[in-house]
Amino acid sequence: MTPITVRVDGATYADDVEPRTLLVHYLREQLGKVGTVVGCDTSNCGACTVHLDGEAVKSCTVLAVQADGCEVTTIEGVASGGDLHPVQKAFNEMHGLQCGYCTPGMIMASIDLLEDNPDPSDDEVREGIEGNLCRCTGYQNIVRAVRHAAAEMRGGADGHVVPAQVDTAAAPHVVGQA
Amino acid sequence: MTAVEERTGTPGPDKEIGKARRRKEDARLITGRTTWTDNMVLPGMLHLAVVRSPVAHARITNVDVTAAREAPGVVAVFTGRDLADEQGSLPCAWPVTPDMVNPGHPSIAVDQVNHVGEAVAVIVARSKAAAQDAVELADIDYEPLPVVLDMEQAVAEGADLVHDHLESNTSYHFVFDAGETGTGGDTEQAFSGADVVVSRRFVQQRLIPAFMEPRSAVVQPQGDNYTLWSSTQIPHILRVMAAMVTGIPEHKLRVIAPDVGGGFGGKLQVNPEEILCLLIARRLGKPVKWTETRSESLMTAHHGRDQIQYVDVAADREGNILGLRVRLLADMGAYLRLITPGVPALGAFMYPGIYKFPAYRFECDGVFTNKVPTDAYRGAGRPEATFAIERIMDELAVELGMDPLELRRKNWIDAAEFPFTTVAGLAYDSGDYETATQQALELLGYDELREEQRRRRESNDPVQLGIGISTFTEMCGLAPSRVLGSLAFGAGGWESASIRMLPTGKVEVVTGSTPHGQGHETAWSQLVADSLGVPFEDVEVLHGDTAISSRGLDTYGSRSLVVGGSAVVKAADKVIAKARRIAAHLLEASEDDLEFSGGKFSVRGTPGTGLGIQEIALAIFAAHDYPEGIEPSIDAEATFDPENFSFPHGTHLCAMEVDTETGFVKIRKYASVDDVGTIVNPLIVEGQVHGGLAQGIAQALYEEAIYDDDGNLTTGTFVDYLVPAASDLPHFDTGNTVHAAPGNPIGAKGVGEAGCIASTPAVVNAALDAVRHLGVQDIRMPLTPERVWRAIHQGGDGGDRAPARSNAQAVDSSDAPSTSGGAL
Repeated sequence: MTPITVRVDGATYADDVEPRTLLVHYLREQLGKVGTVVGCDTSNCGACTVHLDGEAVKSCTVLAVQADGCEVTTIEGVASGGDLHPVQKAFNEMHGLQCGYCTPGMIMASIDLLEDNPDPSDDEVREGIEGNLCRCTGYQNIVRAVRHAAAEMRGGADGHVVPAQVDTAAAPHVVGQA
Repeated sequence: MTAVEERTGTPGPDKEIGKARRRKEDARLITGRTTWTDNMVLPGMLHLAVVRSPVAHARITNVDVTAAREAPGVVAVFTGRDLADEQGSLPCAWPVTPDMVNPGHPSIAVDQVNHVGEAVAVIVARSKAAAQDAVELADIDYEPLPVVLDMEQAVAEGADLVHDHLESNTSYHFVFDAGETGTGGDTEQAFSGADVVVSRRFVQQRLIPAFMEPRSAVVQPQGDNYTLWSSTQIPHILRVMAAMVTGIPEHKLRVIAPDVGGGFGGKLQVNPEEILCLLIARRLGKPVKWTETRSESLMTAHHGRDQIQYVDVAADREGNILGLRVRLLADMGAYLRLITPGVPALGAFMYPGIYKFPAYRFECDGVFTNKVPTDAYRGAGRPEATFAIERIMDELAVELGMDPLELRRKNWIDAAEFPFTTVAGLAYDSGDYETATQQALELLGYDELREEQRRRRESNDPVQLGIGISTFTEMCGLAPSRVLGSLAFGAGGWESASIRMLPTGKVEVVTGSTPHGQGHETAWSQLVADSLGVPFEDVEVLHGDTAISSRGLDTYGSRSLVVGGSAVVKAADKVIAKARRIAAHLLEASEDDLEFSGGKFSVRGTPGTGLGIQEIALAIFAAHDYPEGIEPSIDAEATFDPENFSFPHGTHLCAMEVDTETGFVKIRKYASVDDVGTIVNPLIVEGQVHGGLAQGIAQALYEEAIYDDDGNLTTGTFVDYLVPAASDLPHFDTGNTVHAAPGNPIGAKGVGEAGCIASTPAVVNAALDAVRHLGVQDIRMPLTPERVWRAIHQGGDGGDRAPARSNAQAVDSSDAPSTSGGAL
């Protein structure tokens, strides 16, 4: 067993771990941070994505001992106070999730993407999240959500927050139905 | 829609139905506060890991688990022999013919293994890691048997047998003949008089549902009661079946499906591991958990599709279709699971598609091989049927020298002809194929793309362009119970709902239709808000726990809204009827003088009077003052059994670029117009269409479960089994027409499977349209660059990705024998 000290979502944990323990298993099984999930065993799906010292990592490819002395942020720690992160809000607003299993990883990857590129095109979003698999949405509304969040976050940086708008363009046929 | 307006009496902008409500479910999903089964931790819980067969077909000659038993942290090890007397057989609920052969399906192999990945021992340990470590210590000896992998070989004379106690590898021979049932003319006669007969052999490759949340089960024994949490689509069916398999009395077994991370048919199953968890928890008296790895999931959770289709179409020179003949070989895998044999049989009724065939005959052989069983996967039988008919219509158009759209128009059911009874005996409910097609053509920019295609042809551009058409329908809303009975299905097709009016006016809706990601909580809230006139936020939808939702048939076959939502609406009607009597009493008016609108009863012609249904809920909770002779409750329960299927339809168009130098294909544009009846929540509908498209396109372009010639799955991880990423898929331009389904009070037709059913042939037709002038007649799915390149430069259909005769794909489809000959 190896002692590690990790700060996760704003709290400090000192634990003994087996050297082979993956970060995702440490988070889920020792800390009870079950918001972060496991979707595969080959680092393809990205469901387990968290931030390690501010960078998105697949926590199934990081050993817990590698996180010793680091700051980890999971999906459970991205909201500040009672306010959801703009990316979380946008996933809801743009219907960027269905079953929601990929969503924690998808949100964490998207936040990282927007830090690197605050105004991505559709194609840049698609390439930026290609390490994260979603089986439900066909990705179109995820792309829409990430770009929507990007707009809100850019507005926020200028001191002007663009309110989330009801996207009637998402469903032009609503008008026709009555 | 008319039905809805009459029902709610609250037309206009305040209506919830049709509103793009953001989902209630999302709050917990975007914050990581979910209840996935694997999140569950119980005091004293033990962890299971399954020792699985590394060989496809063998007798088990020795099992030595001594070392595993002694490993640190291991509490117990169970072999097949240990559980043989109590494991029973996993159920198959759909004996499609009276003489169907079912070899039985042990949850854990005892004497023989029949596919790679079959359970042969189970390790029980204090931690998951300890259990997994001990798997390596189990020492099992196998005596190999001949491996049966190819369906066409499996049905040949003298073939090796998957189950040597059976006479052959054929489970059943299912026939539907329209001439014999009286829904059409004589098929042989239709073909003998035809000017043109086109025959093709299509291969529906094996697919893997690949839901994102791996399967997981937790069992907690409490005395002689058991609670099973499972990542399942079907908690209600699972409860009945698990009770019958294990002998745990049904009333002592509670099944809970908490948050479930996708299913797509892949969690419509009674899994071996669910049964093993129950048996082992019963033996040990301790809670146990099993969660699969992704590799286990791809290898052992049931697969989908895997059919060889021989299709003949007959027509006259003018393009009037005269007859359709279909013969299938359908790969069952090694065993029959819950509805394994029923999947191709369900498809039988959809091969005629939207066309007016005068004659039709369908035959299918269910075939055993040494592979993991197949079963439901998004569409289940209908994608295969739609692919076959939409591909062969294109082939017929080529043969006749007709425009593929003109050929379809000439033969499809006109809008004025609904309801229309097809040659397969189905009564299509409503629709308008012409309007949907016109809208789709506009969405795609059809004329411009045809012009560009012409230019590229003329300039001999290395990148050619093609446009693929799929005009489809499907049968949804499974299903009328009597029809299911006539098809020998093991259950009905009704759905149950109840509504509980709480004292504070809040509303609990209990549904038997269990979601696994679709958004029932939101859509059901919209239904109830409209029906009862209560705020959307005041409605809570409960589901997925047999102790809370005691009656239900769960979610599959695009049935949730059509059948389950209808039950909710019917229950709301009953609540209103019960509340009306109490309102009349409290308002001192005649029931006949009361009108109900916007959640309020008022006396006709007396403005200002009235009593809200939420107030009545409180009044009847107190029960101080209510009419004689009635019960003090306005809660209600309803069961809805549909009288007919519903038939969504649509036109899907794909424009595809094919690089003739590299074989790389790229979807340039994808447009679809679907008619799914009344749309309760357009965001959810759009999302379902997108997701379906992604899976249908993935069948055409990316996904294939491949076995090597020893029966090993070589696509056993997400490295090899290509679930598409965002960068692999195009933007979708989607739209809707709305023709309400007459068969249910909502008017909904079902949307979960539409995109998946319609898109696959549109994509393949598009690729062929791009390169047909280069002599290409067919390219096998998925259209990998290698296959496309080979089809263009070497002829044929692109060939195998698997060793010869291991994946049911050795015969070149351009040499397709007619259904009347060939390998059958």
